[in-house]
Amino acid sequence: MSIPREHYLQAVFPTPFHARTAAANTLNVWHRWRDYTVADAYFDVALEYTALRNACTVFDLSPMTKHRITGPDALAFMNRLVTRDVAKLKPGRVGYAVWCDDAGQVVDDGTIFHLRDHVYRLCSQERQLDWLLGSALGFDVSIVEETHDVAALALQGPTSCAVLKRLGLAEIETLAPFGMRSYGFEACELLVSRTGFTGDLGYELWIDPEQATRLWDRLFDVGQVVGLKPMGTLALEMSRIEAGFIQAGVDFLPADRAIRAERTRSPFELDLEWLVDFGKGPFTGRRALLEEKARGSRHRLVKLDVEGNKPAKDAFIYDRRRRNVGVVTSAMWSPAAKANIALASVQMPFGAPGDELWAEIYYQKELKWSRFMARCTVVEGAFFNPARRRAQPAADF
Amino acid sequence: MTRYDVIVVGAGHNGLTTAAFLAKAGLKVLVLERNPWIGGAAVSRELHPGWIYSNCSYVCSLLRPEIYRGLDLARHGLQIAPYGGGLTFTRDGDFIGGYVDKDVRRREYARHHERDADAYLRYSRDTMRQCRFIRSLLMRTPPDPVSFRPRDLREMLYLGREFAKLGESTMADTLRFYSMSIADYLAEYFESDIVKAHHAGSGIIGTALGVQSPGTAYVLLHHYMGDVDGQVGSWGFARGGMGAVSKAIAGALVANGGEVRADAPVARILVRDGAACGVALGNGDEYYADRIVSSVDPKRTFLGLLDPHDLPADIVRKAREFKSRGSSGKLNIALDGLPSFPALGRGHPLVAGDMHFLDTLERFERAYDDWKAGTWSKDPYLDLLIPSLTDPTMAPPGKHFMSVFVQYVPHQIEGRAWTDADRAAFRETVFDQIARYSPDFRRLVLHAEVRTPQELDSEVGLTEGNIFQGELTFDQLFFNRPFPGYAQYRGPLRGLWMCGSATHPGGGVMAAPGANAAREILRDLRRPGTVPEGWSDD
Amino acid sequence: MTDTAPVVIVGGGHNGLVCAAYLARAGRRVIVLEAADQVGGAAVTREFAPGFRVSSGAHLLYALDPVVVRDLKLASHGLGFARSGLCTVSLGAGEPLVLNGTEVLAGEVSAADRAAFGEYVARQRRFGALLARQRGRIPARLGAGFSVVRLFALRANNRTTENPAPMLLDLLRLGRADVRELLRTGTMPIFDLLDDRLANPQLKGALALDGVLGAKLGPRSGQSFFTSLQRAGAYALPRGGMGTVTGALAVAARAAGADIRVSSPVARFAVRGDRVAGVVLESGEEIAASAVVSNADPKTTFLQLLGARHLDAEFARRLLNFRSLGCAAKLHLALDALPDFRGVPADRVGERLIVAPDLAYVESAFNPAKYREFSPAPVLEITIPSLHDPGLAPRGKHVLSAVVQYAPYDLAAGWESGRHALEKATLDVLARYAPAIRERVIAAQLLTPVDLEREFRITGGHWHHGELALDQYMMLRPVPGAARYAAPIGGLFLCGAGSHPGGGVMGSAGRNAARVVLGEVRG
Repeated sequence: MSIPREHYLQAVFPTPFHARTAAANTLNVWHRWRDYTVADAYFDVALEYTALRNACTVFDLSPMTKHRITGPDALAFMNRLVTRDVAKLKPGRVGYAVWCDDAGQVVDDGTIFHLRDHVYRLCSQERQLDWLLGSALGFDVSIVEETHDVAALALQGPTSCAVLKRLGLAEIETLAPFGMRSYGFEACELLVSRTGFTGDLGYELWIDPEQATRLWDRLFDVGQVVGLKPMGTLALEMSRIEAGFIQAGVDFLPADRAIRAERTRSPFELDLEWLVDFGKGPFTGRRALLEEKARGSRHRLVKLDVEGNKPAKDAFIYDRRRRNVGVVTSAMWSPAAKANIALASVQMPFGAPGDELWAEIYYQKELKWSRFMARCTVVEGAFFNPARRRAQPAADF
Repeated sequence: MTRYDVIVVGAGHNGLTTAAFLAKAGLKVLVLERNPWIGGAAVSRELHPGWIYSNCSYVCSLLRPEIYRGLDLARHGLQIAPYGGGLTFTRDGDFIGGYVDKDVRRREYARHHERDADAYLRYSRDTMRQCRFIRSLLMRTPPDPVSFRPRDLREMLYLGREFAKLGESTMADTLRFYSMSIADYLAEYFESDIVKAHHAGSGIIGTALGVQSPGTAYVLLHHYMGDVDGQVGSWGFARGGMGAVSKAIAGALVANGGEVRADAPVARILVRDGAACGVALGNGDEYYADRIVSSVDPKRTFLGLLDPHDLPADIVRKAREFKSRGSSGKLNIALDGLPSFPALGRGHPLVAGDMHFLDTLERFERAYDDWKAGTWSKDPYLDLLIPSLTDPTMAPPGKHFMSVFVQYVPHQIEGRAWTDADRAAFRETVFDQIARYSPDFRRLVLHAEVRTPQELDSEVGLTEGNIFQGELTFDQLFFNRPFPGYAQYRGPLRGLWMCGSATHPGGGVMAAPGANAAREILRDLRRPGTVPEGWSDD
Repeated sequence: MTDTAPVVIVGGGHNGLVCAAYLARAGRRVIVLEAADQVGGAAVTREFAPGFRVSSGAHLLYALDPVVVRDLKLASHGLGFARSGLCTVSLGAGEPLVLNGTEVLAGEVSAADRAAFGEYVARQRRFGALLARQRGRIPARLGAGFSVVRLFALRANNRTTENPAPMLLDLLRLGRADVRELLRTGTMPIFDLLDDRLANPQLKGALALDGVLGAKLGPRSGQSFFTSLQRAGAYALPRGGMGTVTGALAVAARAAGADIRVSSPVARFAVRGDRVAGVVLESGEEIAASAVVSNADPKTTFLQLLGARHLDAEFARRLLNFRSLGCAAKLHLALDALPDFRGVPADRVGERLIVAPDLAYVESAFNPAKYREFSPAPVLEITIPSLHDPGLAPRGKHVLSAVVQYAPYDLAAGWESGRHALEKATLDVLARYAPAIRERVIAAQLLTPVDLEREFRITGGHWHHGELALDQYMMLRPVPGAARYAAPIGGLFLCGAGSHPGGGVMGSAGRNAARVVLGEVRG
């Protein structure tokens, strides 16, 4: 993308969907996502959340950082970059992955789209060009950032498959979770992946920015009857905590941004051991992670079911002897699970299933602040994990 | 004749700071200043009617917030206004802008080099790691590394702990950082010459080394380790010019019962029985005190104010070998209006930031070669600011004050004193540089003050015109500043102390040397401390 | 890999041979694979014109590890000296200066300068000796093991390795005043120190040369004093040239049982799982190894032979940033007779002759290097070894060997055209002091850093494999994570000049590496 000298006049860009998101944003609340603005909420956070879990919603994720990795060594490069075995990711499949620095600390997480042989797209929270190019030494690959070249829309919720069917995407219900498929849309390519950040049945739609508003319009043309609504970042944040997904900069500090030592986390410390494949050959951080495996980790990320109904936001975590052993990184009352849930980073060896932990919660009602110690139970698996998320074929609702 | 507890020689910001903290502790303090005005190199002067020049130091970031608060400088009228970003012009009519907004800045760097735009984050991270380490040492007295006194051992332990806290990889980076050149440091992050050049200036400002010389990476920290209200690395203007800083500190001093006397040049420090006991002014007046604190540089203190016979022989040699070569000059310019910069277009926000004109490292290095050859750079590095765009008190409405820092400029021209013809030619060199990017600049000049290291020496009292009162290379830093074995503010004679920028942590309008010296003096007196400890960064 | 698999040493330079000899003596099966048709690496004696032989790389010996000489009995394996304790003769406009140790033997030097010179050199030697003591030590590990408490936690069985305590003890021995001075001067430009203490321009120029030789520094560059500490030893000429040293090492290694194969260039390392399990030769032959020790420079070792894909990304980045571009060239002249060096008595021509007449000359020679140009009037270190070692040239004829500085590897104009221009510039400078030299030259060879790279397979053509500066010294050499000879991949070790303590023909790196390979010390 050639950038004009006067780009500073417009510090923040509209996304390709902006004409539509702006019209839909009755609250006019916006959130800055790097170069772009996205809606925090459109009409009511709770109702947007309800629409997600009850019908379906679209979320504009165009600002998501995207890189395209191509070339004869693309697979070898990806395998050197991330901790999981990318060879197992066949063309047409998507995989969640993390990558680490030499010390085995997580730099970022993201999703790898195996578009076709020797072609991958890597979506990530942070900009990674410097890290990716630095990692590409000795590999015959080309790496370009394509954030601005691809518009993306998440279509999530129980009726999301029905919307796509009504859009005319043939046999979309047969698309398996973490699969993707290419369709024609108005003479251009519409890439659909069965992925998302909500823990629900859902899809992500990838398209030429030129066609973005057209796609939005068509989705609402066919989707309104099954309850399609736009959703902002606040409702998305609720859904991702319920799904137990971690967020860079919230639940962990990206290692390539850390000023202070020991503030970062390894995959093991983020409950992501399943993403680490020591058998696949060298990758950055492997040596350090092997050492950590032998020596033991310093922290772990736990999912907590917190007593009562007061969200444990930013709460300190204590053990039974009231020693501070950790801190809550994300917390909310979960409408879907009807539970008071939290993600917390806890020092080892605390936080084993069955451990007694306490959260120190501060909350206020009508400006009166109260403090109480809430008993927490370590739970395993997502807080909310409906069968429809995995159903094959995907159901209409 | 009145006796004082403490006499401070020189009313620069450090001398005033030492005095203010001592006065706050209840001591009877007198500060004697040679010039008819106070402030040393932190001054505001009306040298053209209606214009206020910060005619030496011109921007503020390093002033320690602990001191700001400890001396209540806000109440004494000091206000700092951060200014936005900076830029480097390129010879092909473009520029690279260091915008304040991080996404706009990234996009701007990407306009020139996509990878470097991203690598900037790694550069900032690593540089901030170094800042964080050094910030933990600013408000402390350096330990003597060869001493076994408990306090020195404790401070060495503190240093070791702070170092170990960095973690293995950053420990290695820190060792490397302190011995690298700014050119090599930048090459570890950036590929494009323009991005490197945009960041290189901070490695050589006030330093008699080229960008390729080991030791220049460290100098960077003196431009990144400060903060304005917690924004580390951010710079601002003191409202009313840099004199506002000294004025506020002097205000704190007077409010605490201290005394400042301008136009009172100290000719000698009086020594009796091996102890400093007073000072004699040029007019023969003598003042006595138990403690004499010199805020002037070591060459002036030990080779000028003191008789070599009163000093240990090694001190005289150390003072002679102390490096304080001037490497920069300054033009202060009154403008009839705002000059235009066609590369930027009208109303560009970065006009209010710092502007630079060297777009390759080679130009930096060649600028240094001129200095080595004994003359000013013919294609100099300029740090140009128009403070009146931010601070309305500096010039009449619609008019502007332009401050142009120039590097490299030698103390002498090929070994002889500067002549008026040299000064005029030097001014033309700088004007040419600016006019290449601003065609209407020359037309707008109403008055220009030319300051070479020679003026900084004769007028401000910085020997050889070094703006840091002594070069900021490792041989003169931390426990080596000003001399090994004398880095704890205590002079070589009983009753003699040092508090200028030639002591740790060095130059820039930081006031930390002055504060640290005051803390040491109070400790020595077993008085309760009035000097705040450094604030934690964690 | 089996226990009976040999240790394979890639590169038969002096460090590779030292390492081989130590390993073989310890009972290991050792195979040394050398790409060239003779061992020695850059420490070789080669014929550059019919009947004329010269030390192609390093031409003076000043830091050969005495422990290595003793342990490997090099004297009995053929190492002898044609001349040792060379003086330095500094050529200038007037009478040449003759310097020997702390003494000025000849030259118009004031009494004050003579005293200051003696003091200066004595101090330089004390500091140099401190650094020399570190050469046989394996650098301490930064990080978890590095804490102030650990500094004093001497471990009885492993005194020299895990912590910096032995170095602190050395500092204590040095004494308070010297430690202060070392901490002050260690990073200083040699220019400042010389200018502070000495008046005689020629004396200053001569001393400045030691601060910049082999480095991309000028006298006014920070750390040039540190560079000079590396050379604070006595100069010697091995009989038969530098090839004799490596020849003796090869004999010692073979005597201990090592198998040395020349003309066996290694194409790459064979990696199995987590380990380097052997090497693959350019011929296609694969040799399994219990350990591979690389005498090649770090970039060649990691980026070519191993491959970046086997490295962590930040480690690879550090390697890329390893400063390894050479800045010195080598000129060899075959002379049909000894030229007359103006003012140099006949009995002094065989000393170490230098062209560094004053600080400004050296600094001006350096300036072009900053812009990727060579010095139009280079700084020179000259030896005429045939004066002491007649076997190097036909009877009555002579060999002149000169280090020519500055000659940046990445010459902007390219060495294709640069070579002849630099050769001419160098002869012009020589002719200032030896006016008839051009008529004496039968043949000339100029080895630029690009030639050194090609001839000796050193990426960047740097004779220390990489700048020997504080940011690449001890635990930082070549890069953190590989400073203790063990690579960050199993089965691979470094033993070349890219490791501590660096270049110059010392052999310490080879010996240290052997100790790590043998497991005497944890890498």
